[in-house]
Amino acid sequence: MAEYSALSLLKNAFSGNRGWKPAWRKASPKPAYDVIVVGGGGHGLATAYYLAAEHGIRKVAVLEKGWLGSGNIGRNTTIVRSNYLLPESIRFYDHSVRLWENLSHELNYNVMFSQRGVLNLAHSPAQADDYIRRGNAMRHEGGDGVWLSPAQIARYAPGVDISPSARFPVVGGLLQPRAGTARHDAVAWGYARAADRLGVDIIENCEVTGFLRDGDQIAGVSTSRGDIRGKKVAVAVAGSTGRVMKLAGIENLPIESHVLQAFVSESIKPFVDCVVTFGAGHLYMSQSDKGGLVFGGSLDLYNSYAQRGNLPLVEEVMSEMTAMFPAVARLRLLRSWGGVMDMSMDGSPIITKGPLPGMYLNCGWCYGGFKATPASGYSFAWTIAKDEPHPINAPFTLSRFERGVIIDEKGQGPTPKLH
Amino acid sequence: MLISCPHCGPRDLAEFTYQGDAARTRPDPASTDTAAWHAYVYERPNPAGLHREYWQHSGGCRSHLLVVRDTVSHEIVSAEFARKAREKTG
Repeated sequence: MAEYSALSLLKNAFSGNRGWKPAWRKASPKPAYDVIVVGGGGHGLATAYYLAAEHGIRKVAVLEKGWLGSGNIGRNTTIVRSNYLLPESIRFYDHSVRLWENLSHELNYNVMFSQRGVLNLAHSPAQADDYIRRGNAMRHEGGDGVWLSPAQIARYAPGVDISPSARFPVVGGLLQPRAGTARHDAVAWGYARAADRLGVDIIENCEVTGFLRDGDQIAGVSTSRGDIRGKKVAVAVAGSTGRVMKLAGIENLPIESHVLQAFVSESIKPFVDCVVTFGAGHLYMSQSDKGGLVFGGSLDLYNSYAQRGNLPLVEEVMSEMTAMFPAVARLRLLRSWGGVMDMSMDGSPIITKGPLPGMYLNCGWCYGGFKATPASGYSFAWTIAKDEPHPINAPFTLSRFERGVIIDEKGQGPTPKLH
Repeated sequence: MLISCPHCGPRDLAEFTYQGDAARTRPDPASTDTAAWHAYVYERPNPAGLHREYWQHSGGCRSHLLVVRDTVSHEIVSAEFARKAREKTG
């Protein structure tokens, strides 16, 4: 079946669903490409798609160490939002939300983008002021920040404990109605399929083991499946950024790798139809279409390359969950898992040409990589194709730390564990 | 994860606060070498493997410790008082 449509669904339903073809080819590496994208996660796949779709660069290979969707694209809590304070962030993430709004149509693949709203609960007058300020900043940039009173929250998200006797009473909340969730695996599969159709080779089980050079110029990669030459080499490997860049001789970056845990509960009937975040701690939660509550909290707060977390944090997240939604106290936890975050020194990403000639770098996503997938791929592809940044990623340079123009949403300073 | 505090013995991770990478050395406070300050403030080796890092036993004796830990396996190789470790290396 070439296209997904109501008709093709019907046809296959009546023919025992035996007519479906794999969504993308199992490509083998060719000797040379125009662009090699290292990393077959959401950002790498989106980059390859936009290179082919927007810039006509179709001799592209995406190299993935494991299988597609095995990294953070399959490990996140699926939240999409652009409720930021600083203009650089708002413009970038709002561009992403606009791409999300048309993504299923553009890829002919249902990524299940659901604009169910993201509600940030505030628990003190000072926090309310801070959130209202952020909402105003969003509105100033043309975004959609809405302030809700506790009574409005009770109507919008009925499970939230808004009683004055709560340990952290809710004084209000900032709502972004256009924000929401998407099906994370479908995003990887949708981009992979769309890129594959435009001629992009998606090569799984192909680990990069070194970089090829012509003099100073990066001229390709050596991999577990042989050497591949590329005029341009783009690195988008999230938590593995430190490891991969060391192969190119870059020993120091403004990045630390940390593990972030996520959780899913057993399935229950519809309980909460938006994303809710707890402001007195660090917790974000939504209900998947299957019925499980999907949620996460803070990092484990120390450097880690292990895709698994520790129990003290599990305990903390569960206590926050029950503070926010007392009704879930006896719900059983189904699964927990960890993903490795590339935490940057100001909490904002890096999407840039360099740092070596012939190389392009996309990293530093901290907690925020999933929502950024379309805009990250779009602007990274632009940067690779034109050798200059798109206006939305121009502020997100690697040199901003040296120049003192950091983009630090929370004013935390260079403490990656706190971003 | 258990950290062996040289004062209190092996204690649970929850008693400790992570203080970050210990590999960096601060430039002389009077230094105006911006490249050196940039490297100190923003750049990290971020190894996948053994990592020298500071922890404080904040829920115990409050000592600052220098811990060598594997960032892939989370195995703790050593933990000693940060001041003593610093004196040893000069």
